[in-house]
Amino acid sequence: MNLAIDDFELFGLPRRFALARTEIDARRRALQAEVHPDRFAASDAAARRAAMQSAVRVNEAYERLKDPLKRAAYLCEIGGAPIGAEDNTAMPVDFLDRQMAWREALEEASSRSELEAIEQDVARERRAAHDRLALSLDSSNDVAEAARQVRALMFVERFAADIGDRLVALER
Amino acid sequence: MALLQISEPGASPDPHTRRHTVGIDLGTTHSLVAAVRNGVAECLPDRDGHVLLPSAVRYLADGTTRIGSAALDASVSDPHNTIVSVKRLMGRGLADVAQGGRSAYDFVEGPGGMVRLRTAAGVKSPVEVSAEILATLRQRAEDTFDDELYGAVITVPAYFDDAQRQATKDAAELAGIKVLRLISEPTAASIAYGLDNASEGLYAVYDLGGGTFDLSILRMTQGVFEVVATGGDSALGGDDIDAALAEWALARLGVGATSAGDRRAAVIAARAAKEALSTTAQAEFACVIAGAPLSLAVARSDLEAIAQPFVDRTIAVTRQVVRDAKVAKTEVDGIVLVGGSTRMPLVRAAAQDFFGREPLVNLDPDQVVALGAARQAEALAGNHGAGGLLLLDVIPLSLGLETMGGLVERIVERNSPIPTARAQDFTTFQDGQTAMAIHVVQGERELVADCRSLARFELRGLPPLVAGAARIRVTFTVDADGLLSVAAREETTGVQASVTVKPSYGLSDDEVARILGESFGHAEQDMAARALREAQVDADRLLAAIASARRVDGDLLSATERESIDLASERLRQARAGIDRVAIDSALKALSEATEAFAAERMNRGIRRALAGRRIEEI
Repeated sequence: MNLAIDDFELFGLPRRFALARTEIDARRRALQAEVHPDRFAASDAAARRAAMQSAVRVNEAYERLKDPLKRAAYLCEIGGAPIGAEDNTAMPVDFLDRQMAWREALEEASSRSELEAIEQDVARERRAAHDRLALSLDSSNDVAEAARQVRALMFVERFAADIGDRLVALER
Repeated sequence: MALLQISEPGASPDPHTRRHTVGIDLGTTHSLVAAVRNGVAECLPDRDGHVLLPSAVRYLADGTTRIGSAALDASVSDPHNTIVSVKRLMGRGLADVAQGGRSAYDFVEGPGGMVRLRTAAGVKSPVEVSAEILATLRQRAEDTFDDELYGAVITVPAYFDDAQRQATKDAAELAGIKVLRLISEPTAASIAYGLDNASEGLYAVYDLGGGTFDLSILRMTQGVFEVVATGGDSALGGDDIDAALAEWALARLGVGATSAGDRRAAVIAARAAKEALSTTAQAEFACVIAGAPLSLAVARSDLEAIAQPFVDRTIAVTRQVVRDAKVAKTEVDGIVLVGGSTRMPLVRAAAQDFFGREPLVNLDPDQVVALGAARQAEALAGNHGAGGLLLLDVIPLSLGLETMGGLVERIVERNSPIPTARAQDFTTFQDGQTAMAIHVVQGERELVADCRSLARFELRGLPPLVAGAARIRVTFTVDADGLLSVAAREETTGVQASVTVKPSYGLSDDEVARILGESFGHAEQDMAARALREAQVDADRLLAAIASARRVDGDLLSATERESIDLASERLRQARAGIDRVAIDSALKALSEATEAFAAERMNRGIRRALAGRRIEEI
């Protein structure tokens, strides 16, 4: 299989941010149904090796496409504005203020319901961020702006993971 | 498989290439073997018509063994030599299983700190004990088929780590069973359930067995089973409830159980009371301790108070897995209950309460795992009639590397779909460093000390540069079997090293060789004859597979490719006619290599076919 084509081409999808998860899932299933090594259990070793390589490639693309954050970062990279999160951490002041407020709320939260309330707030922010990404990537074609939005969304997702950790710790 | 499906309607498979396969559920309490016969998956009974084989092995001083019910009968009178629930010891170190002297067994430390059991027939490893159970099931299958077994899919708890999986594979090898794959129990259950009911959608499988708990979330779509997320606790099961109930009852009675036999008797009585309480409100805890008969009335509410903390732990795991799956619990279309412990009303109520819908109970929670494994075995052996079954699995536990300060850098996150390959770059810590130690670990914790160590290897011959200048790319590859390989490569010099991970928690290779030689008596000649027969079957299958591929995709071949495949095929046919296994193997390899480019082209065509009719504009 041609390993050089990008994830969107491999999945036969348009190179854009707004994509339905159900469609990505359906294409991954259709592709794996053709190339998964188990489909070649009765075949020769060459076919099984080729199947393994193809199945790995399909899963790699799937994991990048199904996650909106990774998908957006990938589109920025293809569009010539790689994220480079390590050396580019400048964020607008109001964004940092919001982060601080969230962090404080997380520190103070002690019950499941309080944590879940913060989680809902984060989910709202995530949805808004996705809408903004769809605008900058699919409509205005502004990859530099999209890359900034991706960096901000990375903070949001890290914070969401921290809430998850707190919820798990609460169970133990 | 996909290629074989185009044969003439009604054409029967070639009897010479038909492979007998089974699915085996190697359970904590019972084990089962199932096979697909005439398109239907069924559990195979023993001579007395029982499908459940109690997972019990008794070692006698004369060197003989009793397996199943015959062993269980002596579990109170001869507790040290009658091994039950051995699954809880698989792949475990002595430190992992120390139970404050409550266990009936006489544990000793084996190589690498692993658990061994002292019995009348000598020191036994949990792997050997499991092999006795597996060998019994293999015999049952071969008696049923009146033919040799080709291979088996064996189920393990989803949350088994690599050490526990390897121990299970070692046990199968000792029992002379070729493992086609280990699949997780909830996945197997979903395959049986999904195929039988033609289910579609998102399902949660709640599997509470004798010793382990798993929760898996799967999506079923037209024979494709996609594991979305899985999690569990490999030391939580009905056994724990039995032990807690026994302790409670003895305390109520003011009796202490000091001998191993008394403790076993109390646990058996507790289990009987627990099982009765699944259908009645009152039951009796009755046993003989220190020669005196005892009896205590137990109400269902007593049992439920005792069981509640264990059930709460299953719900905590469930909540975590739903979170990992990134789905809302309201999106779940059905809850499948698996494992004997799900017969408890308390457990059913807890699952129902969490998901807000009634669990599905129209299947036998004991048999469903083996039935699903049999379906997958049929598909993996490449037999006809496996249908379009395809399992898209994930890895259950994260894989990573040790970095400075004993911290874990995760490379492959849990619930990543397999097969997969992930690479990450690392660098040196000191100026002039010329070697790097690579330590591969498994688990979710931040510290190496809290994770399970899988393998260590070294990358030597690095260029002596200042700290942080070298670029070492470490690649983790997990194949469809879940087998991990790790490779490290320095990018400027191309120096590399790699390892295929085979953790040493089961048995050492020497031990396997010794035990195979001793007790399972595989005569060398048998092995050679079997190897030749397998090579011949492989040759037939390869020739058939290529012929079939050419019927479908032959137009992809150039004239020269066709010529070289013809030549290699003819050489294989000639070798196949003889009895020289080495010649057959090398002709097999040559033919396989000749089809390399053809295989890649077929894969491309498959991809085009998958997307045919799904044009970009349609979205």
